[in-house]
Amino acid sequence: MSEPRHEVPERDSPSCTESKVGEPDKAIVEIQDVAFTRGATRIFDGLNIRIPRGKITAVMGPSGTGKTTLLRLMTGQLTPDRGQILVEGKDVHSMSRTELYAMRRKMGMLFQNGALLTDLDVFENVAFPLREHTNLPERLIRHIVLTKLHAVGLRGTWRMMPSALSGGMARRVAMARAMATDPEIIIYDEPLGGLDPISMGVILRLIKRLNDALNITTIVVSHDVQEIASIADCSYLISNGKVIASGKPDELRENANPIVQQFMTGMADGPVPFHYPGPDYSEQLLGGSSE
Amino acid sequence: MKDFLTDAVQTLVTFLQGLGQLGLFFVSLLVYSPRTLVRRPQLVMRQVYNSGAMSLTIILTCGLFVGMVLGLQGFDTLQRFGAEEALGTFAALSLVKELGPVLTALLFAGRAGTALASEIGLMRATDQLAAMEMMAVDPIRRVVIPRFLGGVISMPFLAAIFNMVAIFGAYLVGVSFMGVDEGSFWSQMYANVAVADINQGIIKSVVFGVVASLLAVFEGYNSVPTAEGVGRATTRTVVITAIVVLIMDYMLTAALIG
Repeated sequence: MSEPRHEVPERDSPSCTESKVGEPDKAIVEIQDVAFTRGATRIFDGLNIRIPRGKITAVMGPSGTGKTTLLRLMTGQLTPDRGQILVEGKDVHSMSRTELYAMRRKMGMLFQNGALLTDLDVFENVAFPLREHTNLPERLIRHIVLTKLHAVGLRGTWRMMPSALSGGMARRVAMARAMATDPEIIIYDEPLGGLDPISMGVILRLIKRLNDALNITTIVVSHDVQEIASIADCSYLISNGKVIASGKPDELRENANPIVQQFMTGMADGPVPFHYPGPDYSEQLLGGSSE
Repeated sequence: MKDFLTDAVQTLVTFLQGLGQLGLFFVSLLVYSPRTLVRRPQLVMRQVYNSGAMSLTIILTCGLFVGMVLGLQGFDTLQRFGAEEALGTFAALSLVKELGPVLTALLFAGRAGTALASEIGLMRATDQLAAMEMMAVDPIRRVVIPRFLGGVISMPFLAAIFNMVAIFGAYLVGVSFMGVDEGSFWSQMYANVAVADINQGIIKSVVFGVVASLLAVFEGYNSVPTAEGVGRATTRTVVITAIVVLIMDYMLTAALIG
């Protein structure tokens, strides 16, 4: 069964990829007319997004809109039914496996749950990409790993196992691992989900600081509107498989589209209904059947 | 009737698809295994420890009691023919050619196979395999192949240890408890167990090692990334391995006896 759908006007404004003087920034990632279906559900249908180099771009949308799927498409873990995804001008899905892995070495990704390797301690988790891809001497690996852990404030946890870390700490270690090979792009998948306010603030500051200090491109997928909007240079709002609004956070807040308004203000009911479509409530209660 | 036929055809197609998928998976393991063995021996040795050394307790315990039961049953049967002196030969041939490799494979599936399937399945469910992919590390080479090789290498050693302990169990019961002559027990075994018999057991344990390890890593790697999916993969590992090992045991025995 497909997801409930509601008709929305499409808006594919590239406003957040333009600089103040109207010159478009060079996009590092371009998603062009992408369609993707899973089972009977159309996740994306004509999706267009441009991710500018060196900025923090937020991709937001209600739960179930396919934000994580978009990241998996972007990194070549899934293949779209139609359209192209270009990273530094190269189509991700026409790359050979070697080219794809070469591209991924320029990327770091933070998964929703951190995805730390549970049989390795914190130090070895951060060292993992270095050991796999380089022949650096042990002294240098140790230096890099401790530097990265220090940057996320968790140098003291270097001998702890992932099971001993809190959710926020696990994500910070995963951030250190994502930074270990100094990638050009860092992708965060729901970095704030389930975190307490202190951990949330720490992660937000780290995302911003890393982006500015290392001059990398940051892509954040989240539905924590207020928090992510506070650090994002530009945002895309996805609904029903398309971009329905894009721009700087302030532009999104002023957008008249009812779905954008509902999302930005967090209203429970609106164009995106609170109730999943079903039979009449009273009829179902009185009917007594299992239908 | 039509529905039944449609379901039967669908089941057959699904089965053949699974078989094809397993075949391709096995080929990819074979292609990359030599390189992993040469370049990353420490990864393989760690898995030999996990699959082999960690299975020793169950192998030693079960081996001892299987041997003791063989000693009792063998003595009870052989004395009816006045041939209790042949207990050593009886126990050794039963174990080396048949019980050792088969029971070790079944115990391996229950201890190490389930551990492999659930570990890899949980790595998938918690995005650890996806994270490796994103770090440009192939999970087949980094995670699956060392575990597969660890199982393949461990199995013949586990079967040999099982046989030794079981023969000791048969000796304990037959010689110490039932009064079979010790000299006859060992000398008849030495005289009647040929190298070809031992080779038969070695071939079986290697084949079962490949089968049990392959099925465990395949089920884990292709499990549905949920708690239920990992549980199902673990169960399937034990059930399918047991069935395949017993079927292959018959086929190998028929082929080796000729």
